[in-house]
Amino acid sequence: MITESRLEKLFAEGHFVVTAEIGPPKNSNGEAVRKHARNLKNYIDGANLTDNQTAVVRLSSIAAGFHVLSEGLDPIIQMTCRDRNRIGLQSDLLGAYSLGIRNVLALTGDHQSFGNHPTAKNVYDLDSIQLIQTIKKLRDEKQFLSGEPIKEHEPRFFIGAVENPFGDPFEFRVLRLEKKIEAGAQFIQTQCIFDMERFERFMEMVRERGLHERAYILAGITPLKSAKAAKYMKNVAGMIMPDHIIERMEKAEDQKEEGVKIAVEMIEHLKNVKGVAGVHIMAIAWEDIVPVIVERAGLLPRPEV
Amino acid sequence: MIVAERKPIEEIIKMVEKHESILVLGCGGCVTVCLAGGEKEAEQLATTLRLYFQKENKPFKTITTTITRQCDPEYVKSVAEEVAKVDAVLSTACGVGVQFMAENYPGKWVYPALNTKFAGANLELGVWGERCGLCGECILHLTGGVCPVIRCSKSLLNGPCGGSQNGKCEVSSEIDCAWQLIYDRLKSLNSLDLILKIQPPKDWSKARDGGPRKVVKEEVRL
Repeated sequence: MITESRLEKLFAEGHFVVTAEIGPPKNSNGEAVRKHARNLKNYIDGANLTDNQTAVVRLSSIAAGFHVLSEGLDPIIQMTCRDRNRIGLQSDLLGAYSLGIRNVLALTGDHQSFGNHPTAKNVYDLDSIQLIQTIKKLRDEKQFLSGEPIKEHEPRFFIGAVENPFGDPFEFRVLRLEKKIEAGAQFIQTQCIFDMERFERFMEMVRERGLHERAYILAGITPLKSAKAAKYMKNVAGMIMPDHIIERMEKAEDQKEEGVKIAVEMIEHLKNVKGVAGVHIMAIAWEDIVPVIVERAGLLPRPEV
Repeated sequence: MIVAERKPIEEIIKMVEKHESILVLGCGGCVTVCLAGGEKEAEQLATTLRLYFQKENKPFKTITTTITRQCDPEYVKSVAEEVAKVDAVLSTACGVGVQFMAENYPGKWVYPALNTKFAGANLELGVWGERCGLCGECILHLTGGVCPVIRCSKSLLNGPCGGSQNGKCEVSSEIDCAWQLIYDRLKSLNSLDLILKIQPPKDWSKARDGGPRKVVKEEVRL
């Protein structure tokens, strides 16, 4: 155990970890986040707070993380490289830790052209791998990125990163994952899986390089709300949506129920994929369905720490 | 070269409409090569403006001339006589030329007729593409001759983001993923090990983030 993170402890104890995503609202209503946290509290081990996902302005991930923590649920704050330079990122890491947040997930961030301020200037002073290195340096070397020492109260985060097995160049994906682990990532969240065959190939490469023994891998799951949503995802950059899933959704009488069924089946399958340490459920704008999925996938009760 | 393109004519008209005489000053450098502001384009622009103001029944005279480079004091100073004859200068050079003219002619308005786009190359007839981010510290030896600073939409230094698919950037299917290009190139050069090393954060103080830059070559100074 390197940190006081509850999440790290659960992984270390060998539990099949379950986390879920909470998308902060497009307003200043912290109660919306708290409500999700209360609903999810007994069903997941940690809540992942997105950082202005798809470059749309939302309540900040750190503030949302604080709301989650206040409800007794372990927050994982996302931190993207899009909107802040190395000064802002490190300052926010100090601030987040001071609020009691212990898990951070470093990622590049969607390009601003997707969001509600497409004419914004982006930052990308650091890339996600350099951000991981920075978070590790603050913790393990008690130094800022510049090398200036932190005399006391260094932030000691459990460090997460993402990888997309469905992006290209495919062969480079595992090497990039290795770079992230090399940089200091301790747990990995994958892009949501629909193409299980490709994910299995990815995991095979992960195991060949022994990466599953160097970081905990959470497989990404997104329940589909409708056939329309499935079709939409087919065109999202970095996603692979196989036609057989779209067909299955289209044929279903109750599409929402079918979406839940697919998610549950996938989790059941992933439990037996060697190297998968848990699942991360991203029920986009459908957080209420998470307890249903967790229960039906036989993941209850969640472990006590 | 610096690649530029002409501003919409309406925008140019708004800039110059308060004047009765202007010098449309072409540049023989990069903007001639990229067909945006050389002799031919300067003359076309002057004609278009004269016709417009004639139709509007407004007095409007133009002088048109083109100098070798608007980023060189020797050439910029050579048009002093023409500048003295007009109310304002409309430069069809890049942003450098416009500023250099303004610096050299205090008390005279110098307007930009072009939008300066990027440092790039001619890809095919009539198409130019961005190639250099002018970051002040070249890393092309590490990336197989493909620049991630400017050709990756996120300037990533350690590999592609999750949005790279089928060789294209998440921003647009018109944009090649720079990291796919780097990967393919290094693979063909049997040098993939270069991108397995973690690249440290970039020293942006060598780019414009360090403030406006100057290059001094002592041995050629007087």
